[in-house]
Amino acid sequence: MPHASPQTDGAWTPAQIQDVIDAHKSMPGAMLPTLHAIQDRFGHIPEAAIPIIAESLRHTRADVHGIISFYHHFRTQLPGRSVVQVCRAEACQARGCRQLESHVKAVLGVDYHHTTSDGEITLEPVYCLGNCACGPTIRVNDEIHGRMTAAKFDRLAEELTATVVEVR
Amino acid sequence: MMTTTVYVPRDTTALSLGADAVASRLERAARQRSLDLRIVRNGSRGLSWLEPLVEVETTKGRVAYGPVEPEDVEALIEAGLFEGRQDHPLALGLTEEIPYLRNQQRLTFSRIGVTDPLSLEDYTTLRGFEGLKKALACDAQGIVDEVKSSGLRGRGGAAFPTAIKWQTVHDQPEGQKYIVCNADEGDSGTFADRLIMECDPYLLIEGMAIAGLAVGATQGYVYLRSEYPNAHAIFGEAISRARTAGYLGDDMLASGKDFHLEVRLGAGAYICGEETSLLESLEGKRGLVRAKPPLPAIEGLFGRPTVVNNVLSLAAIPYILDHGGQAYADYGMGKSRGTLALQLAGNVARGGLVELAFGVTLRELMENFGGGTQSGRPLKAVQVGGPLGAYLPESQWDSPIDYEGFAAFGGVVGHGGVVMFDDSVDMGDQARFAMEFCSVESCGKCTPCRIGAVRGVEVIDRIRAGERAEENLVLLADLCDTMVDGSLCAMGGMTPFPVQSVMKHFPDDLIRPRAEGGR
Ligand SMILES: Cc1cc2nc3c(=O)[nH]c(=O)nc-3n(C[C@H](O)[C@H](O)[C@H](O)COP(=O)(O)O)c2cc1C
Ligand code: SF4
Ligand code: FES
Ligand code: FES
Repeated sequence: MPHASPQTDGAWTPAQIQDVIDAHKSMPGAMLPTLHAIQDRFGHIPEAAIPIIAESLRHTRADVHGIISFYHHFRTQLPGRSVVQVCRAEACQARGCRQLESHVKAVLGVDYHHTTSDGEITLEPVYCLGNCACGPTIRVNDEIHGRMTAAKFDRLAEELTATVVEVR
Repeated sequence: MMTTTVYVPRDTTALSLGADAVASRLERAARQRSLDLRIVRNGSRGLSWLEPLVEVETTKGRVAYGPVEPEDVEALIEAGLFEGRQDHPLALGLTEEIPYLRNQQRLTFSRIGVTDPLSLEDYTTLRGFEGLKKALACDAQGIVDEVKSSGLRGRGGAAFPTAIKWQTVHDQPEGQKYIVCNADEGDSGTFADRLIMECDPYLLIEGMAIAGLAVGATQGYVYLRSEYPNAHAIFGEAISRARTAGYLGDDMLASGKDFHLEVRLGAGAYICGEETSLLESLEGKRGLVRAKPPLPAIEGLFGRPTVVNNVLSLAAIPYILDHGGQAYADYGMGKSRGTLALQLAGNVARGGLVELAFGVTLRELMENFGGGTQSGRPLKAVQVGGPLGAYLPESQWDSPIDYEGFAAFGGVVGHGGVVMFDDSVDMGDQARFAMEFCSVESCGKCTPCRIGAVRGVEVIDRIRAGERAEENLVLLADLCDTMVDGSLCAMGGMTPFPVQSVMKHFPDDLIRPRAEGGR
């Protein structure tokens, strides 16, 4: 089953980064669209790309660092093949997300902001996915999954790791 | 051969529960039966607990089945789904007769789930763009006046009169002005903005174009949270179709007027829902809250006069222009005019969108629409208005929902989220989470919020560990006062509301040591 996995192997070259920047830099307020585009394409915003971004968009490096670290969505480390986000917000709490959260951490063997030892899954918290009548809710890459249970999560985790073997 | 038309929603909730698999199983089954099947991927009706809600066109109207899991499809077809038969336990009868839907007053949400969200033809058939046409036929002040007569107040949280904001921007000298739609919808328990964008996207486009005409702005931005990938995809496609069809861009509808629209994605920061933080973010910076004044209406995006409105405020506009401000104002009570999009969430049996005139009580809402808790256990507390809203105990469930009435007892209507909790909830956990959330999401600009939230978590932990509880409760009360009085924006200024409400109404949960293994 496909899981809308946008992940790349994270490989990048300065020229590719420059291309992405050039495609966005004429927009008013180009910084966020540029950072999004880089992360969408390379899975992360490589530290070494920051000077290129800073120079092209006429910011200091410290500024660009500050911006990246301000927003929870942006990352400078390549994540696992899939990013799993567990909604921790109130409406999901009311439907049992605290228990689900413990289960997910136990199954994956990692805490939030960490990647499983096989490099498959990065676990992140999220505060509401707009699915608050049908929680607990999790997001796997760009797919949202509602009415999540421990058993459903186990199946999902298995699928996510099983797809590695399928060589295309 | 007759075509059978079946509707399978494509909003986030339906998709999160397997709607795509339901659609493909229906298709496969139709092929096997050589049935001429047309599947429409409509929006959601907002009856979330019934998603995926499958509908079938019949001579009597659309009949519904739900919640349909992929595994149910075969049995439903055996029981005559394609013929609209109603023998299966998941059969719900005529969609429009489902009491939850029939008992609403849908002005803004009249089209959701009815149409294919991306079909311009569906939209215009149901009066889409009539408001824009009327707006194009009158002058800017006329549009502002129409909104004024509707009594519309901002639906994003602060309930500021929309027409006054528009008037201010309208009155600024000509030049670059902006319409910014706040689609950050960060409050837990809310999803009405998402429903508009996924299920009736042209409505928001139309509302923004009208706002542009009213104030003399030719550029609009929708600031959409990155947590909504499906809304992003659908709304982005809607913009491009509207542009191609001439409803956006230069010389829209050959009127000589221009309006350009673009979506910008947020990046996972709750504070960027606060309007000045949002503007900073749109400008490409960290989302640090700006001190006011200047108001965004005078110095907003890139220093230019800017209307910042919530999705629902803008989505109410086409109705107001099409039917007249008075028609909208005829709904509601007191100074809260029109309808409110309530969102039933959390531990609720029948969660979903309930659009009603102001004035319904929480109890009516939670019982008649919500059907009580999902768990079947007694309801204990309800948080209205997002993470900065107080937890309301049963004694407060009988006051009619309107802005002034809620404010009178320290409640917040906010964006209309209603999050229900059954009696298994530990309110001490909820108080702690309020502080924790603020510590994660504070923009960091002012001390009471940045430091206060971190201290708040610590103090609550001490109280719950039974460490000098009395003393620490006094400390917590002081800390809350400091945050309320000394914070620059409502993030720090209102985070204490849920905490104080727990201290006041559920003190036993706070003082009782926390359960082993709980968090
Ligand atoms: C911490 C914080 C978060 C907010 N989040 C949102 C939000 O997600 N969406 C929204 O429309 N307004 C939000 N607001 C309110 C906005 O600042 C602003 O009042 C609103 O966008 C104005 O639009 P309206 O007049 O149409 O309601 C938030 C305010 C604060 C203080
Ligand atoms: S109250 Fe909090 S979020 Fe608001 S400006 Fe101060 S630090 Fe930023
Ligand atoms: S609170 Fe979890 S999806 Fe909204
Ligand atoms: S003046 Fe245009 S609708 Fe009233």
